[in-house]
Amino acid sequence: MNSSAPSSRHDARPVLTLSHVSKSFGSLLVLDDVSFRVHRGETICLLGPSGSGKSTLLRCINWLERPDSGEIQLGGVRIGITTGGLVMTDRDLSRVRTRIGMVFQHFALWPHMTVLQNVMEAPVQVQKRPRAAVRDEAEALLAKVGLSDKQDVFPAKLSGGQKQRVGIARALAMRPELLLFDEPTSALDPELVGEVLAVMRELALDGMTMVVVTHEMAFAREAASRIVFLDRGRVVETATPNAFFTAPASDRARQFLLRYAGNDGRRVAGLEAGSPT
Amino acid sequence: MIRDFLVVWRERGLLIDGLENTIVLSLVATTAALSLGALLCPMLMSARASARLAAAAFVDAMRCIPFLLFAYIVYYGLPSLGINLDNWRAGLAALTLYNTAYMAEILRGAWAAQPREPIDAGYAFGFTGLRHFRRIVLPPLLLSAAPVVGNQVIQIIKDSAFLTVIALPELTHAASSIQSRHYIPFAAFITAVLLYWMLCLTVEACVASIGRLAEARR
Repeated sequence: MNSSAPSSRHDARPVLTLSHVSKSFGSLLVLDDVSFRVHRGETICLLGPSGSGKSTLLRCINWLERPDSGEIQLGGVRIGITTGGLVMTDRDLSRVRTRIGMVFQHFALWPHMTVLQNVMEAPVQVQKRPRAAVRDEAEALLAKVGLSDKQDVFPAKLSGGQKQRVGIARALAMRPELLLFDEPTSALDPELVGEVLAVMRELALDGMTMVVVTHEMAFAREAASRIVFLDRGRVVETATPNAFFTAPASDRARQFLLRYAGNDGRRVAGLEAGSPT
Repeated sequence: MIRDFLVVWRERGLLIDGLENTIVLSLVATTAALSLGALLCPMLMSARASARLAAAAFVDAMRCIPFLLFAYIVYYGLPSLGINLDNWRAGLAALTLYNTAYMAEILRGAWAAQPREPIDAGYAFGFTGLRHFRRIVLPPLLLSAAPVVGNQVIQIIKDSAFLTVIALPELTHAASSIQSRHYIPFAAFITAVLLYWMLCLTVEACVASIGRLAEARR
């Protein structure tokens, strides 16, 4: 229940490795020596209070933000810096980025393209895959996220939940080795959150490798293989969801759960009779 | 008065030629200025200071010169630098360069107002450089900037009238020769005004139809 990926799969080389990643905006240290690994088929949920650096961390993984120091590897190959120690050219970065799918908080669909065009755009234009094959795959992906009937509609005509499902289909169309989710449900009306989480849960069960920044505690608890808890730019705690939500090791995690996790959080924090602190 | 307009009617061949030339001038200048402006716009937004400052200097310089003066410089001034352009080439060059600055600035403003995320998404999905600009950034820019671009096209049509000073046989030039030949300034110029007005209405109709395209995507 707490993990969709059996641990036997973890012996293989990690899909993603972050070692000692730091990043400042001016004098503000946003990421402070962040390290963790993601193995094939894992769903990692990055939790933490607002401003803890979660989104910046996610954007550093595909170098939308350039980390100041540290190393990020995708499938054992360093991202952003060449073997010669130089910053990658746009071309090389582009090649790496096509292997990482990204889903954005405000959907980030391209407004001048229909739903189907949005999904087909990067595979055809960047990956140079044959249009007809991409089209078949894009239609299949839209069917998978339940939007077959919307493929010729412009994004502006969709609800937030539908937009985000298109965003997920668009990311999957790149056949990525890794999917990044940047608070995918934060901009949604509460009644639309469920449809997006359902798609994400299904992806986790399918064995997609995902890093998810979220405030949806129920989703994290149920779908994550591991929780990475960030506070003030540091990884404070890495744990299985079960351990994190029932017995967090740090005070900061306890305080965080108290604020964000509703009744679960209160129980964990020992505010209810009979629970250990 | 009616007789004056009948004279204008008899000279309609001249006016129609002038109108055609005004249309050609405006169409070519609009296309060229919009294309060059679209190329200049990424420079205005560039992270590289040298590119940004050079582009901004050109835009500011153009915007601060009266168009009439600029046309004089291109036609009468450039020959002293060894660049001789006939009146058509000089007129088109002046109209195009001048409005390139405006188009670039219009697109820059529209770009700055675009939401950041879809542009980031372009990078995240592997788009780079010119392809990123052409596929991801520019189309929504053109849709959202259409009304302002349309306004500038009207400005181009009106500015093309100044080219009468370098003897370009456009609409104002035609009206002016009719009036000097027959001494009917009111009828000749009012007819020209009505024809300009017609052109501008056409531009506005085009903008409205682009607006409908944009609306479907907003």
